Amino acid sequence: MTTGTVPETKTTAADPDMGSRRTPPPPRKKTLTATERYVPSVISIAMVLIVFGLVAQVVTSAEQWPRIARQFFDLGAMATAFPNVLRGFWINVQVWAVCLFSIMVWGLVLALMRSLTGPWFAPLRVFVVLYVDLFRGLPVLLLVLIFGFGIPALNLPGLPNSALFWGATAMVLSYSAYTSEIYRSGIEAVHDGQRAAAKALGLSQWQAMLYAILPQAIRNVIPVHLNLAVALQKDVALLSVIGVRDAVREAQIYTGMTFNYSSLIAAALLFLVATIPMARLTDYIAKKDRQRRLMGAL
Amino acid sequence: MTTPRISIEGLTKYYGEVLVLDDVNLAVAPHEVVCLIGASGSGKSTLLRCINLLSEFDYGTISLDGVSVEDPIWGRNGLYRRVGIVFQAYNLFPHLSVIQNITLAPLKVHKTAKQEALATARELLAAFGMAEFENAYPEQLSGGQQQRVAIVRALATRPEVLLLDEVTAALDPELVGEVLAIIRRLKTEGMTMIIVTHEMGFARDVADRVCFLADGRIMEEARPEALFSAPQHPRTQKFLQRIIEAGRL
Ligand SMILES: Nc1ncnc2c1ncn2[C@@H]1O[C@H](COP(=O)(O)OP(=O)(O)OP(=O)(O)O)[C@@H](O)[C@H]1O
Ligand SMILES: [Mg+2]
Repeated sequence: MTTGTVPETKTTAADPDMGSRRTPPPPRKKTLTATERYVPSVISIAMVLIVFGLVAQVVTSAEQWPRIARQFFDLGAMATAFPNVLRGFWINVQVWAVCLFSIMVWGLVLALMRSLTGPWFAPLRVFVVLYVDLFRGLPVLLLVLIFGFGIPALNLPGLPNSALFWGATAMVLSYSAYTSEIYRSGIEAVHDGQRAAAKALGLSQWQAMLYAILPQAIRNVIPVHLNLAVALQKDVALLSVIGVRDAVREAQIYTGMTFNYSSLIAAALLFLVATIPMARLTDYIAKKDRQRRLMGAL
Repeated sequence: MTTPRISIEGLTKYYGEVLVLDDVNLAVAPHEVVCLIGASGSGKSTLLRCINLLSEFDYGTISLDGVSVEDPIWGRNGLYRRVGIVFQAYNLFPHLSVIQNITLAPLKVHKTAKQEALATARELLAAFGMAEFENAYPEQLSGGQQQRVAIVRALATRPEVLLLDEVTAALDPELVGEVLAIIRRLKTEGMTMIIVTHEMGFARDVADRVCFLADGRIMEEARPEALFSAPQHPRTQKFLQRIIEAGRL
């Protein structure tokens, strides 16, 4: 334990009811000696290096390592494949953005339909319940295959015929089942007193939802939705199975031509570059949100 | 006799099998202040919430100026413009600033012009010493300040009746006074009020009439001097006895 240097106490003459009692000064940040400051960091860094070094040692000393290194981590191959993979990744990003927007909107519409009370709206509520059961119960991959291969084959007049469009639609349908449930939990988490207050002010059911409940509900569920956005970013790669030339597809094409897998690693790196900052942002916002709730609870 | 502002006749309500309001009859004259007292669970809040239809009831009628509150003639904006309510837990909208909380109903429900709604809100805020907080958010205010905003919000449509449900119960003792002072002032301004309270001293002071509720019935109603000094009903006597023992009268 350190005994931090106690700063000089200055008595504030302005303090009226000081009497003879000396107010202790605000605690100053402890000044740490060089050893105390650096030793923990040094130990941390050393431990990380040792552990990861050992793992690397074990991996690279494997008999097959040189071959693996050539097949997966060939910088030259990565560089050659990179332009195409990057172009594919741009498609991922675009599909992600469009899908995310559609999912948030459609999920909200579903949640609102579900929250309508009164016998007139029973068909809508039943529709949403069935919808959620159906799309939450099916693997996204299966939906992408069915929509991406099935619907274009039907050659429906007046509707787009691209696998990309229908694959993305499948993603939206599936994910919005989750988001609608998340919105609904957010809506239900808003305290009943808020509803009573809105009603007592004369707001209609719809106005109460719009002006009083929904803004709070959406704020409640932002952290959860951000997590979903990260998951969606990765799941967009599922569209590669129906021939959409996204990053994964482009990487596979290169692999198919050269029997070198480094392009897959290049695609992996691109995904990480996109998802890690998003995950950090999510953590940050979730932390802010927790602090806000704690403040509110006081 | 003039029409009572609020008239409750034979009000009966069940929660499932549980009888929570049992044939309640009460008439409140214009400008009258009625305090409801009674043990926890006696049905005070429920009675209050029935008046502006926050709770449904099974039998009986409640009238405002002689017209049933359930009469479609009122419409939402009619009834809720004339009857305001303030809750124990303030129930301000946390995502709206003070001024937005206050002007929400005038703007969205009553379609008041924005300038007029803002002017009214500012005037009321100033009157209750909250002028400097118009852009604050509820979480930045003390409990007493939040409750004052909630009262202003209820007053923003210039209601004739104010329902107050234990509006000081969530407040620290030193903040109770500032809210009670406001209610006293509303009384001098002629507001008709039905007040649920555990502050017996306040009830004695501000009420024209005090009603003691037990088991969903009005067991006794009288002028405060009479009810507090010479309660007639044994239940009232027992209730007040306990209050005195708890040192709250
Ligand atoms: N939503 C509800 N569902 C079922 N029972 C309820 C509900 N709300 C209230 N009650 C019951 O109705 C009765 C009256 O409740 P009410 O809240 O009106 O009492 P109160 O006199 O306001 O009590 P307090 O002083 O604790 O606020 C109680 O027995 C309570 O348990
Ligand atoms: Mg109550």
